[in-house]
Amino acid sequence: MRGDRILLAHGSGGKLSSELIQEIFFPAFGNPALARMDDSAVLPLPLGKGQGEGSRLAMSTDSHVVKPLFFGGGDIGRLAVCGTVNDLAMVGATPLYLAAGFILEEGLLLADLRRVVASMKEAAAEAGVSVVTGDTKVVEQGGADWLYVTTTGVGMVSDGVNVSGSNARAGDVVLLSGSIGDHGIAVLSRREGLEFGSPVTSDVAPLNHMVAAMLEAAPHLRALRDPTRGGLATTLNEFAAQSGVSIQIEEAQILVRPAVQAACEMLGYDPLYVANEGKLVAIAPEEEAEAALSAMRRTRYGEDARIIGRVLPSPTGRVLMKTRIGGTRIVQMLMGEMLPRIC
Amino acid sequence: MKYVDEFRDSETAARLVERIRRHPPIPVNLMEVCGTHTVAIFRHGIRQLLPENVNLISGPGCPVCVTANRDIDWAIAAAKQPDTILTTFGDMLKVPGSHSSLQQARAEGGEVRVVYSTLDALQIARANPQKRVVFFGIGFETTAPTIACSILEAEETGLENYFVFSVNKVMPPPMKALVDSGEVRIDGFLCPGHVSAIIGSEPYQFLARDYGIPCVIAGFEPVDVLQSIDMLLAQRVEGRAEVEIQYKRVVRPEGNPAAMAPLYRVFQPADAEWRGLGMIPGSGLEVREEYARFDARRVTQIDPGPTREHRGCRCGDVLRGVMKPPECPLYGRACTPETPVGPCMVSSEGTCSTWFQFAGAE
Repeated sequence: MRGDRILLAHGSGGKLSSELIQEIFFPAFGNPALARMDDSAVLPLPLGKGQGEGSRLAMSTDSHVVKPLFFGGGDIGRLAVCGTVNDLAMVGATPLYLAAGFILEEGLLLADLRRVVASMKEAAAEAGVSVVTGDTKVVEQGGADWLYVTTTGVGMVSDGVNVSGSNARAGDVVLLSGSIGDHGIAVLSRREGLEFGSPVTSDVAPLNHMVAAMLEAAPHLRALRDPTRGGLATTLNEFAAQSGVSIQIEEAQILVRPAVQAACEMLGYDPLYVANEGKLVAIAPEEEAEAALSAMRRTRYGEDARIIGRVLPSPTGRVLMKTRIGGTRIVQMLMGEMLPRIC
Repeated sequence: MKYVDEFRDSETAARLVERIRRHPPIPVNLMEVCGTHTVAIFRHGIRQLLPENVNLISGPGCPVCVTANRDIDWAIAAAKQPDTILTTFGDMLKVPGSHSSLQQARAEGGEVRVVYSTLDALQIARANPQKRVVFFGIGFETTAPTIACSILEAEETGLENYFVFSVNKVMPPPMKALVDSGEVRIDGFLCPGHVSAIIGSEPYQFLARDYGIPCVIAGFEPVDVLQSIDMLLAQRVEGRAEVEIQYKRVVRPEGNPAAMAPLYRVFQPADAEWRGLGMIPGSGLEVREEYARFDARRVTQIDPGPTREHRGCRCGDVLRGVMKPPECPLYGRACTPETPVGPCMVSSEGTCSTWFQFAGAE
């Protein structure tokens, strides 16, 4: 790694983040579960013979440092619960229990903390998980940005379910559960006081019920991931790299809401790289794709689901996009921090 | 979305491509001056739709890329001064100067804040009266009026801790310098839409009149770009050289007088150094004497030390259109958006970064 200090870009979810993991964390902790690089670790259960054989434990953790704490359509509490629930769901697990760690800055309003906790309670109830243990630390003023929340979750993966970013095969179909960019633009517009026509609300939502419905309809679902930091582009690149395949998508099939589109045009952002917190990308074998799609569309957060592309054998590791006007371009991972343009 | 969807319509685009292909297949070099055009051309995959005789060359229209090392070094040195907050647009953060970057200076404790506009910088100055707030002003005529207005507002509201370090530049002089150098044959210019919204079409007339080069002021959607290319080819075929406006929904021949007035009230033309192009007469904007107390250069004593160019970096050649990014030996190997050697790989609208982002390392 170049340089001798952590840069903000190391946390952007793009290439520098993955370098950080590869060069600092993997060498120290490397093990087969970690090496799969999925959203959750899937672990064998150390049970006696005959007990729950075939079922596996899924475990995941996620820290939330969003600023502002409250934004259109959600807040840090809902985000903290949904983030971990979704990470578990993305390996095909049924999320069960959460732990929550709070870092509070001296001076935080109790009313704000109550509001965040109430929101966590509501999100947990919706997802059907319980917060069963937790921790609180207070740091002095300036030591944190009001409130950081870390959630850790465990869930169970049923026998026969094998969902991983490394499972995509040529001929598979790529599905997206709805519009992209809503969360990133909602947070940005609240943080910067920008308005883009109609207000944009975050899509933050628990996706475990959608995943359950999809697995019911398409039991051989290959891969699932929620395109959070780094956006849809980064998730697709991860799939292409992990599975050693190429992914080809069609721009015309990707839904972007008008207000999100307007914000992106003004700021010079590409919606493909803007964060989502209530969307998932799925890769399904061709023969189960339609069933998975209808299952998604029947759920609350999947009404706008669409097939957006296909998996091809080559060029391996590459994501290509057919543009609306008929050209083709490469879609890279997010590189560096996403910054607004100058002119 | 109105004004976007209709300009990304696949049928209209297909019709324009057909028209472009019907022109006689004479080889032409068309330069898109503006970085936003380069991005649009790649993002929508326009290159693959064009016939082989139409060669698009990217020009020096990325404000980050053309900023000289000396100016970046100055900003880095300013950020490291005590009680100083350096504010700038996010794109400047990663640009390597001679030895460091603003991003690096920030990680080492320098106070560097990214702003979306000068309004944010003014707000930071108001909130930190005990600190000196320097706005690192880069950009062309599109950005310069807002920077001028920030100085006017600072004056009006009696803000005494706000300063501007202007490395702002104007567009027509480098276009002249490129043509004069004769290094690259340019058969037509796609003139920058945003800049032209401010300055209008008059400042490009000399290119058509004195040099016989067709010019079309172009918008940024795929249909705009394709239509502008068709207009340039039509001028060549018909033996005309004029400045035409394709981007009529935004650009008027007289430009935007309301933006030009404050610009030239606060700034005056000055010689400026461009990366790759050297010193170009009248291509910069310096703060006028009347506003000298807001001019960071005049009120501070900052010595950034000697400048150093990066070995092997060919950004200058890329900015002049002499070299395409993949021809640079560093491109995609030593120089990538994550480990940029030169500024053209840093800025989101830099030519090398755009090639890398949308066309890959090959």
